[in-house]
Amino acid sequence: MILKVDNVTKSFGGLVALKDVSFEVKKGQIMGIIGPNGAGKTTLFNAISGVFNIDNGKVIFKDEDITGLPPNKRARKGIARTHQIVRPLNELSVLENVMVGSCFGKLNANLGNSRDKALEVLEFVGLYDKREVLAGKLNVPEKKRLELARALASDPEIILLDEVLAGLNPAEVSSMLDVIMGIRDQGITILMIEHLMHAIMNVSDTVIALVYGQKIAEGSPEEVANNPEVVEAYLGDPELALTLLREKGRRSK
Amino acid sequence: MVSAWIGAILSGILLGLLYGLAAIGLNLIWGVMNVINLSHGAFIALGMFSSYFLAHYLHVSPFLGVVFVLGFGIVIGMITYLVSLHKIISAPELSTLLATYSVSLIIIGLGTFIFTTNPRAIDIHLGSVSVGETVLPMTKILTGLFSIVTTAWFYFFLYKTWSGKAIRSVSMNRDAAELMGINTTATLALAFGIGVGLAMTAGSLAATIFPFTILSGGGYELKSFVICVLGGLGSPIGALVGGLVLGLIENLVTLKIPTSYVPFLEFLILVFILIVKPTGLLARR
Amino acid sequence: MEKGKTLFWLIPGLIVLILLPPLTGSVTMRESVFLMLMYVSLAVSLNIILGYTGYVSFGHIVFYGIGGYIAFYLMKFYNVHLIPAMVAGGIGAAIAAYALGEAVLRLRGAFFAIATIGVNEAVKALVNNLDFIGGAEGLFFNFKIYKAYGGAAKAIWFSYYTMAGITLIAILVAYLIKKSKFGLGLMAIREDEDAALVLGVSTKHYKSLAYAISAFFPGMVGAVFFFKAGNIEPHDAFHLIKSIEMIFMVMLGGYGNVTGALTGALVYERLKGYLLVSPLFKDLHMAISGAILLLIVLFMPQGIVGFIRERSKRLREWLE
Repeated sequence: MILKVDNVTKSFGGLVALKDVSFEVKKGQIMGIIGPNGAGKTTLFNAISGVFNIDNGKVIFKDEDITGLPPNKRARKGIARTHQIVRPLNELSVLENVMVGSCFGKLNANLGNSRDKALEVLEFVGLYDKREVLAGKLNVPEKKRLELARALASDPEIILLDEVLAGLNPAEVSSMLDVIMGIRDQGITILMIEHLMHAIMNVSDTVIALVYGQKIAEGSPEEVANNPEVVEAYLGDPELALTLLREKGRRSK
Repeated sequence: MVSAWIGAILSGILLGLLYGLAAIGLNLIWGVMNVINLSHGAFIALGMFSSYFLAHYLHVSPFLGVVFVLGFGIVIGMITYLVSLHKIISAPELSTLLATYSVSLIIIGLGTFIFTTNPRAIDIHLGSVSVGETVLPMTKILTGLFSIVTTAWFYFFLYKTWSGKAIRSVSMNRDAAELMGINTTATLALAFGIGVGLAMTAGSLAATIFPFTILSGGGYELKSFVICVLGGLGSPIGALVGGLVLGLIENLVTLKIPTSYVPFLEFLILVFILIVKPTGLLARR
Repeated sequence: MEKGKTLFWLIPGLIVLILLPPLTGSVTMRESVFLMLMYVSLAVSLNIILGYTGYVSFGHIVFYGIGGYIAFYLMKFYNVHLIPAMVAGGIGAAIAAYALGEAVLRLRGAFFAIATIGVNEAVKALVNNLDFIGGAEGLFFNFKIYKAYGGAAKAIWFSYYTMAGITLIAILVAYLIKKSKFGLGLMAIREDEDAALVLGVSTKHYKSLAYAISAFFPGMVGAVFFFKAGNIEPHDAFHLIKSIEMIFMVMLGGYGNVTGALTGALVYERLKGYLLVSPLFKDLHMAISGAILLLIVLFMPQGIVGFIRERSKRLREWLE
């Protein structure tokens, strides 16, 4: 087990964004997190990466309690993440963006080594040719790749992917999925939030479902997709419910 | 001893009202478009000279002149916004700080050229009122009253008129306001115009009590910063209260410590509040 | 993050400039180059917090004043030589900045700018009241102090070379920071502080350190300037308009790179010199400076060097 989220609770004013959420992530697996909009998925990522302090509970990484640590120290320990709304460092080049990851993340390399690492990662995500371009000038799919490259360059042990597939066309989705599988093959644990059901159902080893800040299901993709509570939660979101049901039908065949 | 306190309190309140009025313009612009108007002081000084011009050459009483100065300020403020700020209104803070500062340089530079930096005063004698042993000049009392009236007008404008509501909605969410059919350019220009108009009004009132030069706005500008962080952003009442607090501090504290320490105290308050007061003031991005 | 070729022409060029006055023996030229060097050091060091890190230190002149006062005090009352006094001034300013940074660097954007103005004004008001450092009248040197340097004339040349030394070191330091891991972290903070934090940049520590370094050189510059002037007073040492001059220079030349700050400082010195003596403009120099600043902000926010860098890829590595 690499990461343990233990009874984590977080509220903003009166709104409870996460309530007693607990789960464990095994090393080397891909865990998918699903849930309707506003279920607290990104809040969960913020809690794990340390963007804010949680009200209650613990986050344990490799048997160490990291609950009170600031984000930079967590990054240094090997937790990397991407953002749902991309945050490129606009006035820096693509290469420099990725070097920030390799310089300050777990790898903690000097400039020369971090440059080598960054180039290697850029090759891997397919942005090598854009390395001299200013990050602000990239298009959205490229910015998503940049987010991923920056996180990867830090040589993380676990990577939190927040909707890296959203807004991509089918061809881009499938090439991004290849990249994700490639990351797993390097032995990096992946925790991913995704709305694209067929994608998450296909790549995840386990899935958890969050609704109104609470974990309502956990298990294999099949188990979660068949969970009546999950289906019900998605009924508020007809399109997703439909894909979910379709997915269920396809899998049961 | 008691009479000294009473005098200080009365004087503090009257001066505080004026400070509050001076700060409202800065507060409005800061709150609505997240711009710290570094030409605020220059416009206050321009207000002083406008009033002087009206009184000296056209023989209009400064208190009647307030209306003209306010109107003139709104027009000149709107022009300033359109020329120097609109293009960079969404740029990082540095751009808007420098743009407004350059406006200040232009005003003060031209003002120095035209008026030199010799002190001037408006020749106005309206007698005085005695409260116990305290003698309050009538001009000071009228200044306080006019500050209240102007603030009340502004409050009414902001909350009861269509334009005022437009300004408030733009300050809450510029994009949403635009989507609802509000012309944000015109609204932002109007907000800046009113901010400047109020600053100049405060200047025209201040000119009836104290002698002034083209540089005199600077002190009010710095006080206005203090008041804005004291009273909070976005509400005219907050600014007025902040002004009263500052006016009272200035007048009461000097009973105990030398006047020369007052600026130190004021800026200490400014920095202290900025650092301690958490949400709203801190890390608002 | 190429190594770049900027220093190959920058340092020799500056050395030539520095040697011009002693070679020609021109006192007027010395005064003018002294001012240039002073502006360059101030602009280049402000650029570290403003251009690299993205924090608008509007009251940066406070560190020049603090350094100036510390050094002046040591020289006047303890007969300390200029060099150690100046270093003490620089260190004092840096420590003040680091301590202050811990508090005010939590503020972002305009709030930080206002807080730095407040700090400058508060320090000025305080110094005005402190009698042991002369209060509002300030402090004066007894001219005997210059004897240790071989008389007043030699002391002025000595301060000239000292300023030249500060400038060269400031440029070197600013350049090395730009090209270092530290510099990369600062620029990440400038672009998106929260993202930088999540990527592992120790933002708090980096900001405070950048602030301290960017205060160190102005502290030393203040020491040399007031040594040469022979007197120091609060109004001069903490003059807000000098802060804005520093920002003006950085903007004029170009935000975030050493050549930009340097170019801005040189152009500014010439421009100001021209405006102040020109019979046509001397009374309007302030208004004209304002108009130029406004035009830059509106139409050329990247500054002179930034403008060239954007257009010529070939020149970019020469203009870091």
